[in-house]
Amino acid sequence: MNDLIFEHASLSFGVRDVLRDFSLTVPAGGRCVLMGASGSGKTSILRLAAGLMKPTSGRVLGTPPDNLFSMQFQEPRLLPWLTAEENVNLVLSDSKTTLPQARIWLSRVGLADACGLYPAQLSGGMQQRVALCRALAAPHDVLLLDEPFRGLDSGTRAQTMALVADFVSGRLTGCEPKTLLLVTHDAEEANFFTDTPVVIA
Amino acid sequence: MKNHPNKSKLPAWLKKPLLYAAAVAVWVLVWYLAARRIGEELLLPRPGAVVRRLAELTVTAGFRRVVLTSLGRIAAGMVIGVTTGCLLALLTHFVPPLYTLFHPVITVIRSTPVASFIILIYLWIGRDLLPGFVSVLLVLPVVWANLHEALGAVDPDLLEMARLFRLPLRKRITRVYLPSVMPSFMAACRTSVGLSWKAGIAAEVLVVPALSIGRHLADAKLYMETVDLFAWTLAVVLLSLLLELTITLLFSRFEKRRGQRTERSAHE
Repeated sequence: MNDLIFEHASLSFGVRDVLRDFSLTVPAGGRCVLMGASGSGKTSILRLAAGLMKPTSGRVLGTPPDNLFSMQFQEPRLLPWLTAEENVNLVLSDSKTTLPQARIWLSRVGLADACGLYPAQLSGGMQQRVALCRALAAPHDVLLLDEPFRGLDSGTRAQTMALVADFVSGRLTGCEPKTLLLVTHDAEEANFFTDTPVVIA
Repeated sequence: MKNHPNKSKLPAWLKKPLLYAAAVAVWVLVWYLAARRIGEELLLPRPGAVVRRLAELTVTAGFRRVVLTSLGRIAAGMVIGVTTGCLLALLTHFVPPLYTLFHPVITVIRSTPVASFIILIYLWIGRDLLPGFVSVLLVLPVVWANLHEALGAVDPDLLEMARLFRLPLRKRITRVYLPSVMPSFMAACRTSVGLSWKAGIAAEVLVVPALSIGRHLADAKLYMETVDLFAWTLAVVLLSLLLELTITLLFSRFEKRRGQRTERSAHE
């Protein structure tokens, strides 16, 4: 696992600057929460980290293959022809020992009864939790979460936030802590994960 | 007050075939009435006479050979057309310059009249392989165009998700690409099968290969045997329905197998 480093990274689409001269270091196993107005480039930072985009100038270190990444996108991006369980299984290797993990993850977010349901049969919040399970279950060093708790009721949100915190700290799995890069608009969520959120102007 | 959502006592699975049979019966009745009104078998034979003639033909030794040869020849063309169309669609999707290269050729094939092809291919390769070749030329552009478009329409968000999670190629194909393109592929196959069957028979009528339905249709026309002409045409229609049914069954089995496979993996 390597540090995730943004060095004067800029990103533009044509004449539109999405990100300008952004620098940040997230140490391996560390947590970073990004806050800021809509359109300030938070999601782009996650995409740059995951290697889904290249910076127009500057550089990003610790991108694949230096780190393994997992991500919950802003929209669930579930395969509509697979059940909730199969969507989580998708990112696991097909061995018999790993397959029950999907059910375990789904039960952790309160979706034990929804394993056999297709995305179209799930509410938006449930789909989001399935996508979170997929992100947590996939093998990775760095976890990228793009507004993962949006639209959840307060009880479910608190439960899910605690699950993510336990997971990245390694308390849940007994593994090394994972690097976390989380995007949110919510100050309460930001303060739950870190004392010093990064505000993108 | 009680609700009666299903007033009919007929089971749902029986309703559709019965309605279909009733529609066919109406048109057979129209045919019968028209034939009776004309009263001239040479112009329009009665349905009973045609069915009797077809029954007579089916018990002759040559009938099965003729039907199987025509069917085999044209079906082989369909299989080759579908396979080539799929391969070409994959190539032109993943190697875009090839799309530019092949697009004019496919456009020419699509817009050229079938009759022109029949004459040209007859000159080039002779009569025996011609119906199959015509079948290839009709199926290939339809499958290629539909599949190429479907591959281009695969949700880029899902492809990006597959890339981020480093899904192996096998999973990308079976879980992302195949389910995305299957509806378009199945529609293309259903459309092109009917087209190529009719065009294949038309080619047989024009070039009269030794063992073929087309030769019998041409002979019936030559000797003014209208009942035979109708009987062979009825055979062509029934075989077309059989082909469509085979395609439907083939795809429903594929869907079922896919369902079973995903169900198994979920419970392992």
